[in-house]
Amino acid sequence: MSAALPAANANAILSVRDLNFYYGDFRGLTNISLDIAKSKVTAFIGPSGCGKSTLLRTFNRMYDLYPGQRAEGQINFHGKNLLDRKQDVNLVRAKIGMVFQKPTPFPMTIYENIAFGVRLYERLSRSAMDERVEWALHQAALWDETKDKLQQSGFSLSGGQQQRLCIARTIAVKPEVVLLDEPTSALDPISTGKIEELINELKSEYTIAIVTHNMQQAGRISDFTAFMYVGELVEFGRTEELFIKPKKKQTEDYITGRFG
Amino acid sequence: MNLYSRRILTNRIGVALSMTAMAFGLLALLWILWTLFYNGFAALSLDFFTRDTPAPGTEGGGLRNAIVGSLMIVGVSALVSTPIGILAGIYLAEFGATSKFAAVTRFVTDVMLSAPSIVVGLFVYALAVATLGGFSGWAGSLALSLIAIPVVVRTTENMLLLVPNSLREAAFAVGAPRWQVSLKVTLRAVSSGVVTGILLAIARVTGETAPLLFTALNNQFYSTDMSEPMGNLPVVIFQFAMSPYDNWVKLAWGGALLIALMVLAINIIARAIFRKKSSV
Repeated sequence: MSAALPAANANAILSVRDLNFYYGDFRGLTNISLDIAKSKVTAFIGPSGCGKSTLLRTFNRMYDLYPGQRAEGQINFHGKNLLDRKQDVNLVRAKIGMVFQKPTPFPMTIYENIAFGVRLYERLSRSAMDERVEWALHQAALWDETKDKLQQSGFSLSGGQQQRLCIARTIAVKPEVVLLDEPTSALDPISTGKIEELINELKSEYTIAIVTHNMQQAGRISDFTAFMYVGELVEFGRTEELFIKPKKKQTEDYITGRFG
Repeated sequence: MNLYSRRILTNRIGVALSMTAMAFGLLALLWILWTLFYNGFAALSLDFFTRDTPAPGTEGGGLRNAIVGSLMIVGVSALVSTPIGILAGIYLAEFGATSKFAAVTRFVTDVMLSAPSIVVGLFVYALAVATLGGFSGWAGSLALSLIAIPVVVRTTENMLLLVPNSLREAAFAVGAPRWQVSLKVTLRAVSSGVVTGILLAIARVTGETAPLLFTALNNQFYSTDMSEPMGNLPVVIFQFAMSPYDNWVKLAWGGALLIALMVLAINIIARAIFRKKSSV
């Protein structure tokens, strides 16, 4: 079952075609095809184990770290297939950043947390680096809270601040796409609100793909929503259409809370 | 007797047995320490640190040559085994993981960990002493390094395995190559544990005697030339303690106390570092 693609094809930054994913012999994703529209927020919803995180982790080849996991098919990014063996995965990850469920500051200062990724691909002077760090913290709405303690450990921040630090760190590398894997599930409602506001502001410059368990969140922040179930893409379309007039019975059952 | 009072009785017997076992072990330990401190402190004086080992049957003298020799031999072996041990540990935890080569390395490391130190001494004797024409401080350092490396490798690996995969993934997610992830993120996350492992390895080799007997041998004169036989505390203690001369036996007690205090100090430092860092 393959869902119809939305009309925004020309603006697709990532186009997934016939993607299958395997954990050893177990098939985690079946024939996924969809387009991630540029400078939009695309949300992935579905019950636990439906493959939404798995799909997100194919976009930056995070599964490569684990022997036994493999993907087949195509994910086209600027005319190249990301899944190609010859593709430099580190470059892919610099262009397609990712923020995880739990805040994961690196064991270094707040400043270094952000500079670490930047240094990998750019040689900046001291002052240019300072500017970049400040810019990234501003983008993540964290500057006011951290400007006086840049040399303190990243762990000294609260959970919500740590997560915004992770977002700042991802943005500092200047990626084109930002993948968010349930970024607010470990946070309180206020921190969640801040992150959602942030996503709204960031989407003009970055393409955002977000996995969320929270359907209200998907409804609030996304332009497109994909509903997945047991490794398949059931329905994909504009968020308001999918939530108000779902085409598939399964989607309707899920969003109205009848299962999942 | 009802069920409840039987449980209380069983509990009391259990506690009594374990307390007896604890007292037994602790008594032996305190006895050793007491003897060591009692005899050792009598030998400590300024001369002990500033004069060299005396000729047989003479009075006075100290252990300066042995102390300096031990510090140099152990110091060099720490400098050699730390980078090798850490890098090998990183390989096992971050790069090799499930590969066959890593499995073999892990196995060999475990064998080395439990190998008697005298075997290591004989090995270095055959490798570096018999072939290169003589006992030397370098050979001593080599033997001690072979003992320290497996300790550092295993602590580094075990510490790195404690790093949650989420941190590793986060570092990869900004586009960092594996070596940067290992050196700058995961190793840093467990740096206190790794430093502790290194210190414990140093503490362990500080007291090793057998490997030095076949490699650094001994030198009754003060020498800082590592290519010559070199005085060192464990071998001096071994020789002096078995001698018939009272003065030598006294110095041996002093040397034994000194080593015990050094190892104690290293252990305390290691614990302090580990506690301070892991409370963050």
